[in-house]
Amino acid sequence: MQELLQQLANGIAWGSIYALIALGYTMVYGILRLINFAHGDIYMVGAFAAYYLARLTNAGGANPSPALALAILLGSMLICALLGVAMEYFAYRPVRKSSRLTALITAIGVSLFLENLGIRLFGADPKFFPQLIAPRSISLGGVMVTNHQITVVIVSVLLMVSLSLFIQRTRTGKAMRAVSFNRDAASLMGIPVNRIITITFAIGSALAAAAGVLVGLTNPKIEPLMGIMPGVKAFVAAVLGGIGSVPGAVIGGLLMGVSEYLVVGYLSSTYRDAIAFVILILVLLVKPAGLFGRNIAEKV
Amino acid sequence: MLRRSSHLVRGLAAFVAVALGAWILDGAAAQVVNPYVYRILVLCGLNIILAMSLNLVNGVTGQFSIGHAGFMAVGAYVSAAFTVYAAPRLFAVTSETGTVAAALPFVLALFLGGLVSAVAGFLVGLPSMRLRGDYLAIVTLGFGEIIRVAILNIDAVGGARGFAGIPQRTNLAWVAGIAVLTFVFLRNLVRSYHGRALLAIREDEIAAEALGVPSTRYKVWAFVIAAFFAGVAGGLFSHYTYLHTNSFTFMKSIEVIVMVVLGGMGSLTGSILGASILTALPEVLRFANADRLIIYSLLLVILMIARPQGILGSREISWGRIVQRLRRKRPGAAA
Repeated sequence: MQELLQQLANGIAWGSIYALIALGYTMVYGILRLINFAHGDIYMVGAFAAYYLARLTNAGGANPSPALALAILLGSMLICALLGVAMEYFAYRPVRKSSRLTALITAIGVSLFLENLGIRLFGADPKFFPQLIAPRSISLGGVMVTNHQITVVIVSVLLMVSLSLFIQRTRTGKAMRAVSFNRDAASLMGIPVNRIITITFAIGSALAAAAGVLVGLTNPKIEPLMGIMPGVKAFVAAVLGGIGSVPGAVIGGLLMGVSEYLVVGYLSSTYRDAIAFVILILVLLVKPAGLFGRNIAEKV
Repeated sequence: MLRRSSHLVRGLAAFVAVALGAWILDGAAAQVVNPYVYRILVLCGLNIILAMSLNLVNGVTGQFSIGHAGFMAVGAYVSAAFTVYAAPRLFAVTSETGTVAAALPFVLALFLGGLVSAVAGFLVGLPSMRLRGDYLAIVTLGFGEIIRVAILNIDAVGGARGFAGIPQRTNLAWVAGIAVLTFVFLRNLVRSYHGRALLAIREDEIAAEALGVPSTRYKVWAFVIAAFFAGVAGGLFSHYTYLHTNSFTFMKSIEVIVMVVLGGMGSLTGSILGASILTALPEVLRFANADRLIIYSLLLVILMIARPQGILGSREISWGRIVQRLRRKRPGAAA
């Protein structure tokens, strides 16, 4: 029982990171019907941006300060938001009218570009992320959690709540929902579709950056190819929850993180990368549009 | 009767011609080029087989599979296991590579790899009854990864150490010969009654259904056939170079998709072109050293922006059209 709770706690912390990445996937997909393969690499850039910001400000190590950590988090989110906007403007906008596969290959190209540029700029060998907050272990009824894991969960929850408030309560959020529902009709209603798409990319990329910084806290080894596997799994999480659905992405991400830790804890860590897909296939066979996805009837 | 037998004779003659041509090509290539170029030619041939077979699913039938490397892995490991464990008992092979006696177990191994891979293709094709579009895509991706992780956990085929001790049977002759056979088979399939059904599904699945095309059955068949050839390509791969599951990650599947899309969806000759270009490009860019993969990915993005339908679009390169165009260019000959 103790061990089960322990694995659950680890899984939830790890799952929040998947959920943050999955949110970006699901938002971009909801609006452009594009699987943004480069999203996992934005997460990598987010981690590296924070790494260099921390070195620049001499944060971590001897003088950990929560305020500085917060500033670094926001700085990295800003950098990645700009990167996401640039990526959309230079690579995705020119192919928006082409077939979806063309857009997908473009996304793959962007992803490879970011990875190789990362190797060139940051070096291929792993870097050690500075400890922005002094690590401490806390026992919650026998379950050991670190303050890093708690930070991860709290920051993720805050970001997710503000995202859903933004989407549900603001005018821009309403416009995003409209564009996602029907882009052409939204455009006819006077919604500036291009600006909404830009904003979507900015928010999605900022969330990925946050995930990258949080991962740097808990698993402090970062390298330019770190985004590939989490990227794929976060996409799977988004599909699992029903792609295009914001709560679906969160549930999908948490489910994925928890199941991975359960497999590592009770089976074998070599099966870790497969379990996500097994769950996915089982869910999709029962609910073809994911847990929270709407089944769209086909029009003739 | 006469027609059928003459077809058979023609088919056999063509087969012998392909085999002979491949053999001569191999001999010539071994003489002319250095081992480095020879190796690239072999890998290029493998990629051509993979791209053409994936094109049947993604280009011709209009489905979206991103798990092709999984089928390749199945073929690679099944045929390698056959060669290592079963073949020595079934055939008392002591003869050396290159003789006809050694070719039989190899053909059998390749065929078996393709067959088991086709069964896997059937299993992956089944969900296409309920899923479409991106959901189907992600399931194929999932199957590919599950296959890879499963193989990684089988100790008899090396697991995480990689599968060592596989005799090297593949050479350019085998790869080129099988690539030609794959091309002929797929081209004839696409031009046949069944091929038209596949194209109809791509254009409009509901309309095809309404016209009496059993779309589910055809989609599953497309997966099975594509998986068979990917399995054969995998078998060729495992008898050529070091075998490890790392060769079959989803990046490999992506690589093959890029070849198909770059060449032009639904165009078999386009797949050949795409596979050749993308195999050669990183080698050509070697002068740029560390920057070559950056240039490669940039080129990919630029190509997709400049020519979104791929290099050939859905057209095919055909001798007839080339001859026609050459004639038209000659002044006076056009009339």
